[in-house]
Order: sequence, then C-alpha cells, then structure tokens
Amino acid sequence: MPSTRPCELTIHELRPLIEKGDLDPRELLGDLLAQIEQLNPTLHAYIAIEPKRLHAMLEDRLRRGPRGRLLGIPITVKDNLCVKGEETACASRILTAFRPPYTATAIERLIQEGALIVPRANMDEFAFGSSTETSHFGITKNPWEPARVPGGSSGGSACAVASDLAVAALGTDTGGSIRQPAAFCGVVGLKPTYGRVSRYGLIAFASSLDAIGPITKDVTDCALLLSIIAGRDERDSTSAPVEVPDYVASLEASVKGRRFGVPKEYFVEGGIEPEVKDAVEHAAQVLERLGMRRVAINLPHTTYAIATYYIVATAEASSNLARYDGVQYGYRATNGSGLRAQGSGQAHSPQPTAQSDLIEMYMRTRAEGLGAEAKRRIILGTYVLSRGYYEAYYLKGLKVRTLIKQDFDEAFGQCDVIVCPTSPTAAFRIGEKLDNPLQMYLSDIFTISANLAGIPALSMPCGFTKGGLPIGLQLFAAPFEEARLLQVAYAYEQATEWHQRQPAISSKQ
Amino acid sequence: MEYEPVIGLEVHVQLATDSKLFCGCPTKFGAPPNSQVCPVCLGLPGVLPVLNQRAFEWGIKVALAFDCQPAKVMKFDRKQYFYPDLPKNFQISQYDQPLSHAGHLDIVVDGVSKRIGITRIHMEEDAGKLLHDPQEPFSYVDFNRSGIPLLEIVSEPDLRSPDEAYEYLLELKAILRYLDVSTCNMEEGSLRCDANISLRPVGSAELGEKVEIKNMNSFKAVKAALEFEITRQTQQLQAGTPIVQETRLWNAKSQITESMRTKEGASDYRYFPEPDLVPFVIEPPVVNRVAKELPELPAQRRKRLAEVHGLSAYDAHVLTQHRRLAELFEQVVERYRNPKAVANWMMGELLGYLNAHDTEPDDVTVQPDWLIHLLECIDRGTISGKMAKELFVESIEQQVDPLQIIESRNLRQIVDDGVLDRLADEVLARFPQSVQDYRGGKVNALMFLVGKCMEESKGRANPKQITEILRRKISSHGEQHP
Repeated sequence: MPSTRPCELTIHELRPLIEKGDLDPRELLGDLLAQIEQLNPTLHAYIAIEPKRLHAMLEDRLRRGPRGRLLGIPITVKDNLCVKGEETACASRILTAFRPPYTATAIERLIQEGALIVPRANMDEFAFGSSTETSHFGITKNPWEPARVPGGSSGGSACAVASDLAVAALGTDTGGSIRQPAAFCGVVGLKPTYGRVSRYGLIAFASSLDAIGPITKDVTDCALLLSIIAGRDERDSTSAPVEVPDYVASLEASVKGRRFGVPKEYFVEGGIEPEVKDAVEHAAQVLERLGMRRVAINLPHTTYAIATYYIVATAEASSNLARYDGVQYGYRATNGSGLRAQGSGQAHSPQPTAQSDLIEMYMRTRAEGLGAEAKRRIILGTYVLSRGYYEAYYLKGLKVRTLIKQDFDEAFGQCDVIVCPTSPTAAFRIGEKLDNPLQMYLSDIFTISANLAGIPALSMPCGFTKGGLPIGLQLFAAPFEEARLLQVAYAYEQATEWHQRQPAISSKQ
Repeated sequence: MEYEPVIGLEVHVQLATDSKLFCGCPTKFGAPPNSQVCPVCLGLPGVLPVLNQRAFEWGIKVALAFDCQPAKVMKFDRKQYFYPDLPKNFQISQYDQPLSHAGHLDIVVDGVSKRIGITRIHMEEDAGKLLHDPQEPFSYVDFNRSGIPLLEIVSEPDLRSPDEAYEYLLELKAILRYLDVSTCNMEEGSLRCDANISLRPVGSAELGEKVEIKNMNSFKAVKAALEFEITRQTQQLQAGTPIVQETRLWNAKSQITESMRTKEGASDYRYFPEPDLVPFVIEPPVVNRVAKELPELPAQRRKRLAEVHGLSAYDAHVLTQHRRLAELFEQVVERYRNPKAVANWMMGELLGYLNAHDTEPDDVTVQPDWLIHLLECIDRGTISGKMAKELFVESIEQQVDPLQIIESRNLRQIVDDGVLDRLADEVLARFPQSVQDYRGGKVNALMFLVGKCMEESKGRANPKQITEILRRKISSHGEQHP
C-alpha cells in the first residue's frame, strides 16, 4: 500500500513502524492534524483541536514519557472523559471552561503506554442522545453521508475513527453510545462488562450503566485498547477485581464448535429494517461456516428494556447532574439582582446570600446552561424518584432490570455469544428524530439491555445498505467474557472485508 | 388536662478519623477555608467516592457500644436537595439499609434507671459551611467540612422529660468519648442534636403532632428548648389550638423556638441507592474483632468502681461521666488507697475548677502524681488542706507537680503554730531534765531541745518559730510553778 497515509493505519500497523524507526510519531501527528484540518470543518467530529498544544505534548511524551505499547500514537477521547488541565465539557454549555485537575483512570493507563491524548471528540450533551445532535457545540456528521447522523452519543469518536481523523478513540456507553455510532459509522465499538474499566474521571450520566470502551478501526486494536484500560482501580469502588487477560494474544483462538445464540425478540417483523435483518442473518451464516453452532434463544423481557432504561438512567442522571448549579465551576447565569456571571473554578467564589437570589441563580443557570434533552431527562428522573412515584417507577424498574439480567444468565447457559443487530436501522437523517424523543429512544432498543444487564457487547460492520450506509452486527457475551466476544469478532472480521471499506470523504486526497 | 411530652433525639456526631469519609482529605478543625479539599469532596464531575475503612469500623464500634445490631449488608443512598454547601447537591447517606439498628442506652434520672431505645445508627458525609459577611451582598462557601464522616444516632421516642433528654445526651457523649471516636464538641459542631417533641394527654397511647427543633448549640440549650416547647405546646393545646407539624429553630438569644417551615414545605429528598458505592457486607469476623477491641464503657466502669472501690452510686456516676476523670481516679487510687478521699477531692476540687473555668476534663492535664502527692501531704500535715486546694489550682495552671511548688517555696516547713506547739509540748514532756537545766541558767539546754524538735519533725519545723515557742513555754511553766 504505497499510497497509504499514516493516519489511515491501525494501532497494530503503526506500532512496528514506530518501533523500528520507519515512522516518526511527529509525522503521524502531522498527517492526522492535516486530515483533521481538511475534514473536521465538514464532519465536526472534534469540538476543538489545538495543534500546537498537541505537538508540544507529543514532544514531551517522546522525550520523557513512558515508553509502552502506544508510544507516540494519538488516541482520541470523548468530551466527557477528564484530561487534567484540558477543557472537558460533556458538550454542554453548563460545563463551559471546566478544566478538571485530574485525568480519568482509563486515559491515565493509555498515557502510561506512551499514548498522545487528543481530547474533545464531540458527543450528545451529557451523552443524552443517539445522534450527536444535542451537542452545545454543533452537530457531527456521518462520514458516509454527511446529511446523516453519526449516531450517538459517542458520534464524534466514531466519526473520527471512520474518517481517519483518529487512529482510535475512547467512547462511553450508557445505553448504546459506543455501539450504535460504531454501527452507523462502520467501525468497531466495544462496551465492556460493567466494572471491567474504571469509571474514575468519566463524567457520570447514569453511574450504574456507564462504561468506557474503545472505538477502533478493527478488532485487534479494540482488543489492545481494552487490555490497556481494563482492570481494578482503587478509586472506583465499582471496578471489579477480576484479572485482565491479554485480549490480543487470545484473538486467534478457534471458534469452531462454539455456540452463538440468536434471540428471536431482536428480529420481530416491523421492528427492524429488512436490509439490517438480512445483513445480520448473513453474518450468522458466516459464523456457521466458521464452525459455530446456531441456537435459538429467548430474551423474553426485551420489550421492557426501553421503559426500564429510561427510568433507571434518568433517575441517576437527574441526581448526577444536580451538581451543575453555577456555584463552584462552569457556567453561572447573571442573576436578576445584579450578581455577575462567574465561570471561575474557585471553590469559595461568592454566593448570593438571600434565599430568593440563590434560587433565582440556580434556576437561571440551569435554564440557560442545559439543553432541551438534558432538561427532559432531569425532569423524568426527578419524577420517577419523587415521593409517591418511587415504588411504581424506580423500584419497579430495578425489579425488571433484575429480570433482564436473568434472561441473559439463562441464555448464556445455552450459548457462548449472542448475535443480533446493533441498531434496527442504518444511520438516519439529521433532524429526522430530533423532535420526536420517543423515536430517538427507540433507536437504542437493541443496545440498552446490555447496559441494564452489565454484560459486554461489541458492534462491528457486517454489511452496507443499498445506499452505502454501514450496518452493525452486535455480539453479547457473559460478564467478563470479553475474550470470547473478541475471538468471535476477530474470526468474523478475518472472514469478511467490511472493515476495509472507507467512506469516500476520507479517501479523497 | 395534663400532658406528657414524648421526645426523641437525633444526634449527628463527627468521627475524628484522620481523613474524610470518601476521600483522603484531612479533617482538622479550624484550618483556613478550602484548604482541606480535593475533587471528591468538592463534588467535581467524574470523581468517585471510596469508603474510608476506619470510619466504617468506627461506625461498627459505636453501633456495638449502643448495643445496636450491625446490618449484614449495608448500603449508601443519595439524599437530594439543593444548597450551596452541598457540592453535589446530594448527600451520601444511608436510607433503608443503614449500618445498624435496634440498640439502647440506659440513663439514670433521680436515681431511677431507664432504658432508651436507639432506632438506628447510620453513616453519612457532612456538608460544607456557608460563611456570611454582613458587609457583603453574598456569602462564601468553605468545603473543609464537606465529606467529614458523620454518624447519625436516632433514638426512639422514649424520653419523657427535658431532664431525661439531658441525661441521654450526657451518657451518649460519655460513651463516644470512651470509644475515642469523636471530640463531641457542640460548639465546634462535632456533635449536633435535633429534637422531636410531641405532647399527649397523660395515659394516652397515641402520639400527638410532632415538632422538630433545631439549632441548639449545647446540651443545656436542648433542655431549655424542650422546656420552652412543652410550655408552648401545653398552652396551645389548653387553648384548644391544635399543634402543627413543623420544624422550629431555637433562638438562644431570646430563649424561644421559632417556626422555620411547616410540613407542606418539607423537602422530598428523593432517596435512591448510591450507584457509585457497592453494598457493603459487614462480615461477622470484622464485627467480632471490633467487639473485642471495645473499651470498658461508662456503665461497666461505674459498676466496677462501685464494687471495687466502694463508691456510692452518685460518686461512681459523676466520676465515670468523663473517660479522663475515671482514668485519673483509677490511676490515683492504685497508689493512694483511700478511694473516698480521692473521689471527694476530684468531685470537689477538680470538677469545681473545671466548672469555674467552663472547661472539659479533656482540656486540662492533671497527672495522677499531683493528686497523690497533695493527698499525702495533707495526710502527713506537710501542708494544710486549704493550702492543698490552692496548690492544686496552681499545679493545673502551671502544669507542675505540687511537690515542686512546695520545694521551691519551702512550703514543706512546718509553720503552723498549733503543730509546732504540740511538737514543743511533746519534746518538753520527754526531756524534763533539760527544762530544769535551762531554768538553772544553762542556755545550751534550749538548743538541745530545739535540736530534738527538729529531729522529731524530720527537719521540717521552722527553727525560729520552734525556738520561740520552746522559750515561751519554759518561761511560762516557770511562772505557773514557782
């Protein structure tokens, strides 16, 4: 591939080049920045990019940083992952100018391997959305067809990886926010088991569902990044003390004789586009050809997943977002009584004294600082936790969540992985669902169960629509069985060529 | 109609752990504002709480000391409300699976023992503090206190008078001080108390409408606020006006309670399980280990002091109220075996001093040696009882052994005329020949008698005084018996 540019390569292709001295990481960064400069104005995968700062950081990294498996390789991170000293705003006005004095554990682990962190991939505000249209900083476009959404909420990360604006990226997934944009953009996205990767430094949406995971050009890079970011972290009590295997080393293990389950609930008539159904069915046949056995399974509580999810997730979100009140950091509205807006990070910044001034400050700050979808979810979450409604909604939601978990426990008694579509459709048009929140919520119908059950789930390309849009294949595995998941994904990837297709926009020179 | 008060107390006590409940920040009182904070206790986005293991074990310790049942599994919940001193706008607390429940505390009022139920003891994080400057149109927030571990100790509505409430608080504080888990200083806010009180006709089993009183900054204020509330509610009931369920604030200046909010204005805290902390299994081996480490508690010590040292119930009660006092008592009687005298001295002089200076036993160092030396000096007549009391105060204030003061000021000498008089009489009676010799003109004979007196008093008699006394006595004898 003589004409291949460095920014088009995967991590595992770049590593030997850099290690042997055939490629200078400065050249790689320069090429990547050139691609960003060329395409980001159209695609808007990044909220902001600071070339000088990145070059300086790379010099620093090369001079005295740790020399690990990612030396000099840029890794893009979503705007809800804290990087010390870098603006991290969850694509929200209310976190304007917030620069965390700490780095997320997952990112710290990348840095320990020598990676160069490229911050601020665009996203839905506070990860509330499936299209990256709710970002305060503008919409990200789908590189395969810029009139369409890249999916969300990690739309910036997925778009960047798909269009070579990133070598690889980290996203976050609360109800499908890694997998659905990975599917829409034709890349690999993994939501690990809950507790597999530390959430420290991930600005919380729904703490019991949130997961950090890789978005990559292929399965090998996905396995590599997971090997690096996974593992127990003392700073996150919910991170699991489960040993981290070398996911890359085990990729080539044979899948022959393994069983994959196909849940009939994911293929109901009218609930899925025929093109998507056909592509997934075709993928199942490929797996059979690889020697795997197909079993029909049931996930009977699937129909309750969306309702359950929007109770549990909004309840937690309403609480997690309560701290954005204009008191300590981020955006503060000008108060009616004449107090000036304050965006300082001072913990002891002056507070309005009178009760009425204080409430006014809270209300205006949140009214002006939060977008419509954030407000909708805060209101929903506050409602389901309110006295008199708690039992009927939140507690009931927790019970159904347990049932959904049990569905998977039983299913994994019959199979090693579950195969289904990532999304019922390919990427939809910008604006198509923005005014219809229920339609938007339904686009996550196949992804949210994995978050409710806490199981690992991966999306990878398995075909294209007639219109040329990527279709995502989704694989589930039992908790902490990422190795199995990646082995099946790798075997499928080796047997197909979908991952080699490039959107036209990024190959134009 | 006669009414009976029904009182329950909610006590918040700060645990004196070195670090906060969910982060490593120090907890020192009085540090400059916002100097003991980190992203976790500031509630910055993206950070997570990690439970302080020591606070957890101290919680179990306190639970066991109040005979509470530690939970098999406890979890944390979020209590949600907006206030600038609460950086996350929720407090990590415990709702339906607290650390422990169903304990009790025994109190003695007017010589009668009574068992007060403890509903539950749970853990939570403290909030920050608002600082108001009347000169400025805004307030400041100090987050040093944010995240300091708190235990909330909730009593059953078993208290029937302000005196019982007062005794309950004294005993509760005594236990916490014995456990050495809190400074229990109401003025510094390391112990806070809210009271719930309702009135009902004597003999009635039903509870009346409950009023919550807040903002009391001493045990005496709790008592006064309850007394005021009883009067207020009694008058209102007698006038035929029903009591409204509400929260009232104690105004220390005007010594009255004032309405703060009624039930309609009460917050809905929207409790739900804290998803950032996994439920904690309280392992029986941990409970057993903590139980083994429990020190002797006031009630046990009281019993032992009464049995071993023959103290009256009252003396034992007073001396065990403070761990420091009881320890001092025991250290002293170990080497000075007159418990009653020690008790009297401590209750009279030491407590008198502490009361006069409005201070706590923990704030004043008294070495057991000091008391032993003083009591021995009194016994030997080295110093007068009056002087001993003065010396005791001086010892405390100068932090020196009273013996040192006696030495440095030569107080050891016998200067008391009566003592010297008796000494002279004794010597004169033993040596009649020398008396005769002196009267016969042998001046040296007087020096012999003085020497004998000095010998007898082991050198402590004031020589000048004793010479004068001897001379006077011999002369006057001569006159009486010519």
